[in-house]
Amino acid sequence: EDVALAAARLGAVWLALVFALIVLPSALGISLGISEAYMWVLVKTLEWATIRIEKGVKKPRPQMLKNSAANGIIERDETPMEKEIARLHQVDFEFSDVFYFCRKGFEAIVEDEVTQRFSSEELVSWNLLTRTNVNFHYISLRLTVVWVIGVIVRYCFLLPLRFTLAAIGITSMIVGTTMVGQLPNSSVKNYLSEVVHLTCSRILVRALSGTIHYHNKENKPQKGGICVANHTSPIDAIILTNDGCYAMVGQVHGGLMGIIQRASVKACPHVWFERSEVKDRHLVTKRLQEHVADKNKLPILIFPEGTCINNTSVMMFKKGSFEIGATIYPVAIKYDPQFGDAFWNSSKYNIVSYLLRIMTSWAIVCNVWYLPPMVREEGEDAVQFANRVRSAIARQGGLTELPWDGGLKRAKVKDTFREEQQKNYSKMLVRNGSIG
Amino acid sequence: SVSHSQITRLYSRFTSLDKGENGTLSREDFQRIPELAINPLGDRIINAFFPEGEDQVNFRGFMRTLAHFRPIEDNEKSKDQNGPEPLNSRSNKLHFAFRLYDLDKDDKISRDELLQVLRMMVGVNISDEQLGSIADRTIQEADQDGDSAISFAEFVKVVLEKVDVEQKMSIRFLH
Repeated sequence: EDVALAAARLGAVWLALVFALIVLPSALGISLGISEAYMWVLVKTLEWATIRIEKGVKKPRPQMLKNSAANGIIERDETPMEKEIARLHQVDFEFSDVFYFCRKGFEAIVEDEVTQRFSSEELVSWNLLTRTNVNFHYISLRLTVVWVIGVIVRYCFLLPLRFTLAAIGITSMIVGTTMVGQLPNSSVKNYLSEVVHLTCSRILVRALSGTIHYHNKENKPQKGGICVANHTSPIDAIILTNDGCYAMVGQVHGGLMGIIQRASVKACPHVWFERSEVKDRHLVTKRLQEHVADKNKLPILIFPEGTCINNTSVMMFKKGSFEIGATIYPVAIKYDPQFGDAFWNSSKYNIVSYLLRIMTSWAIVCNVWYLPPMVREEGEDAVQFANRVRSAIARQGGLTELPWDGGLKRAKVKDTFREEQQKNYSKMLVRNGSIG
Repeated sequence: SVSHSQITRLYSRFTSLDKGENGTLSREDFQRIPELAINPLGDRIINAFFPEGEDQVNFRGFMRTLAHFRPIEDNEKSKDQNGPEPLNSRSNKLHFAFRLYDLDKDDKISRDELLQVLRMMVGVNISDEQLGSIADRTIQEADQDGDSAISFAEFVKVVLEKVDVEQKMSIRFLH
């Protein structure tokens, strides 16, 4: 019984500390510097670990440490088909034509541009998490000790703390928005709604030990516009709402997510669609247009890739958001994978395992760039506009651009692409040979 | 021979393709690679990995097939002159390409087999008659013993006149 009392008292002290040191500053929007101190210690530790690993590697292999997934495993020959085969042609077809397709096929088997985007980026140097220990071997006792300390710190101290914060954050969100939702529509209601959303976002960001650097705040999305960003994880939304208020767009879910959605829409006009409505593109476009036309409503937040990509590249943007005719505010989000992998590999982990992994990482560190607003130009169709926005985001975030559809994570590639290759080859046969 | 880090990377690649996580790859696993799925010869290339009648390939088989594409320079490093011919010798690379055509493995490329490959590469863009005459012309020019089919020797002769096999059928690792 004494034990129970002591435990209860300890629990009360713990909660009081959490409130005083974390929740209250979040509500007021100030920082006590605790996260900064933690990050400083973390950075120093990881630098030390990197040096130890570099020293400890028996055969000097500087290549391996500097080589990241961006450089690739093999030398890709980018000679276009026309040049490679056409050189040889005096007749229309040659047996050796297959060599081109054959080699391209094998290059794709060893390493392709697309499937690698659906798994986590490889690290240049180990960051003392077991999960990223792919190519790094036992180096020294000291390193192992630090790693063990790291495990204890992350699982026994950080995880419960973050879980508590997340619980507080989500509960406050539901309770807060429901309460604000009772008020009649007025500017007071809007103001309070913003306060609730911002506070809860800040608590949730601290629940992830998030360190976010916002750049170019003068370009922050305005009311009546649409904010588009590259998509890496469900956390992206929280990263952005930490610094501003947006109207979310999405499908209504069941469970806890559904409760949050239903509560928050009472306080602020988010755009939630029923499952059946999502298929109807005209309905979706119409509702978004109505929202955007009302200059009092918050900017909409959309992720045009449609699925999570691993933050090394930006894939095809779906043109829907770019047909609405509103001003687009592009945002680039780049996570630093050294401190924790934010990418949600939904085919490998469900949402609960994903959140668990995030909460046992060191921290979530990212950069957010607000880019200048863009509008569709004369003579530009939605697809071209979408590509232009995508290029701007990719360039700012240092990501590569891929014309492939993120949907390839699950779906098969369309036959039209193969047909295009066949057409190009046929054109060459016809051109070079005597067939008209 | 292949370096340790290359084997590690290829094994890493193998496991990432192995969605069923059972240590082997099926044809579907290959077809999930978009750049391979749109390759007109994609199915033939995938077939090359699977031994006769089998539906699964393990890592050993995966490496064996990939070995055909190692650059020939690598062989100068190994001193084993008396061993079996390495998989990436010029001759074996040519054999590999020959087998892309020779589906029934009778060591001859018949007119039908050539037509099949041509059809895969051009899709619907060229008519049967045109394709037929391309095939006829190609066979006529390469066929030396007059049997209206291309043997391996005839294949090698006509290919080597035009193309640097070592360069076209090799993939270089970056480290």
